[in-house]
Amino acid sequence: MTLTVDIEHKLGAFQLKTAFEAGEGVTALFGRSGAGKTSVVNAIAGILHPDRGRIVINGEPVFDSEHGIDVPTPRRRIGYVFQEGRLFPHLNVQQNLRYAGLFSRGTPPSEFAHVVELLGLKDLLDRRPGNLSGGEKQRVAIGRALLSRPRLLLLDEPLASLDAHRKSEVLQYIELMRDEIKIPIVYVSHAVEEVVRLADTVVLITAGEVAAVGAAEDVMGHSDLRTAAFEGGAVIDAKVVEQDMQHDLATLAFDGGTLVVTNVDALIGEPVRVRIRARDVSIALKRPEAISIQNILAGTLREVSAERSGAVDVSVAIGAVTLRSRITVRSAQQLGLAPGLEVYALIKAVSLDRRSGMG
Amino acid sequence: MSLTAEEWEILQLSLRVSFWSVLVSLPFAIAVAYLLARANFPGKTLFDATVHLPLVLPPVVVGYFLLLLFGRRGPLGGLLEEWFGIVFAFRWTGAALAAGVMGFPLMVRAVRLSFETIDRRLEAAASTLGAGRIAVFATVTLPLALPGIITGILLSFARGLGEFGATITFVSNIPGETRTLPLAIYTFTQTPTGDEAALRLSLIAVLLSLAALYISEVLVRRATKRVMGDDADSRH
Repeated sequence: MTLTVDIEHKLGAFQLKTAFEAGEGVTALFGRSGAGKTSVVNAIAGILHPDRGRIVINGEPVFDSEHGIDVPTPRRRIGYVFQEGRLFPHLNVQQNLRYAGLFSRGTPPSEFAHVVELLGLKDLLDRRPGNLSGGEKQRVAIGRALLSRPRLLLLDEPLASLDAHRKSEVLQYIELMRDEIKIPIVYVSHAVEEVVRLADTVVLITAGEVAAVGAAEDVMGHSDLRTAAFEGGAVIDAKVVEQDMQHDLATLAFDGGTLVVTNVDALIGEPVRVRIRARDVSIALKRPEAISIQNILAGTLREVSAERSGAVDVSVAIGAVTLRSRITVRSAQQLGLAPGLEVYALIKAVSLDRRSGMG
Repeated sequence: MSLTAEEWEILQLSLRVSFWSVLVSLPFAIAVAYLLARANFPGKTLFDATVHLPLVLPPVVVGYFLLLLFGRRGPLGGLLEEWFGIVFAFRWTGAALAAGVMGFPLMVRAVRLSFETIDRRLEAAASTLGAGRIAVFATVTLPLALPGIITGILLSFARGLGEFGATITFVSNIPGETRTLPLAIYTFTQTPTGDEAALRLSLIAVLLSLAALYISEVLVRRATKRVMGDDADSRH
């Protein structure tokens, strides 16, 4: 699957000017609320008609202002899961799920059963949307979109209106769907955790424009993210190599060393993705002793960023991974930090993002 | 109290007139309501005002216009008779037409209000699931507007049962053909010995109105619950 988006659109004073390409897997449109992410997916779905540009899915242009192409929404075959679910209130769950079947050749029974099973909807089929919890609603909405046999699935902040507990519940189902159904997904979110956990490709959108595109590891680890007021840091793909049940500690190996982390709910050999925020990393010139910090990694200083409100970001290469550390300008000067220096990164906190299905 | 044969006839005629007036005007009312709720076109305000005219005009004037237009020699009446064999003049069908026209604005208002409160994002969701415009209307818009449509049907039906001025002007007061309940009551009040009969018919009118109100209330409540997405067995 390839998706090419290159559109311009004026919404009042807001100018949307977005161009990116997306391939297989999950592409996250990531950015602050009001950055224009929803407008982009609405344009892909054909709900919004851009002033200018092209949208091409698998080589088929669904929108092309130059050639006057604008395929109507029902014929684009794009599934759309909205932030608020938008289930039909006058239909029960079963009828909602089968709604798309009214307009296509119908849904084969096996597919219906599979989606119901996958999303755990069996007990909900006779219920009406008014009596579902927020998380259940979103699961039904995802199922409904899947059963329209889309070639591309759009999810617009599907977790935004849910509490933390429901969020993780639905997130699990989204991961399951991503791994089981293998449908390309465009996922809109302003939440770092969701994007890190789900995305293969990240399109960073700031004020209607694409600020960065690339593999999730690269974009989410990029310190330039600060300009979009997101926390800089590093995203590392690792594998569980040891589980110390007694101390609830797990050892994770990555391309450059190991990390000791608590509360890892994964088996040995399973892939996990961790995020290390720049402000959780300190720099030392000598390996410190008698210190509570568990994770101390040796590396080579690559770069010291320009000063921004008294702080600098220091990039440290550890094996194939680049960690970032945010320290004050004064510390950097006192330590005499310069590229090429051998340093130690002291990691105060590691947040874990379970990433299943990476085989 | 049991009804006399004459009272039965009057009651049946009234119900038939109202029933057909509602049935025939409903599709037009839905179309006009949808247009007013959703479309923007030049002359919309004038169109809106025209639709509401029967609400504010003296019914006698409406009846007179109907006579001019749909009478045997009227431009539309002649054509309809020639093409479809439909005759309105001095027939119960004319009474139904008068009732339909008088009830039309009430029906349009109720249905329009219902269309305006529908969450249009649901329609967008339907289109992403493959529904074209007509399918969206039939499977989402119309079912969600059901409470308003039922209200509109009731208002128009009740208005039809009570229709007097336009009817008597257009199709006169012919026993068994155009003498509906209000016309019959009026006729009895004009007869020296008709007091009792007028009172009986008035009581029938009251009972009929109460029944219609009750039925519509039940239907609206059920439909509203449905479009709110509650389970039928949900607690209150």
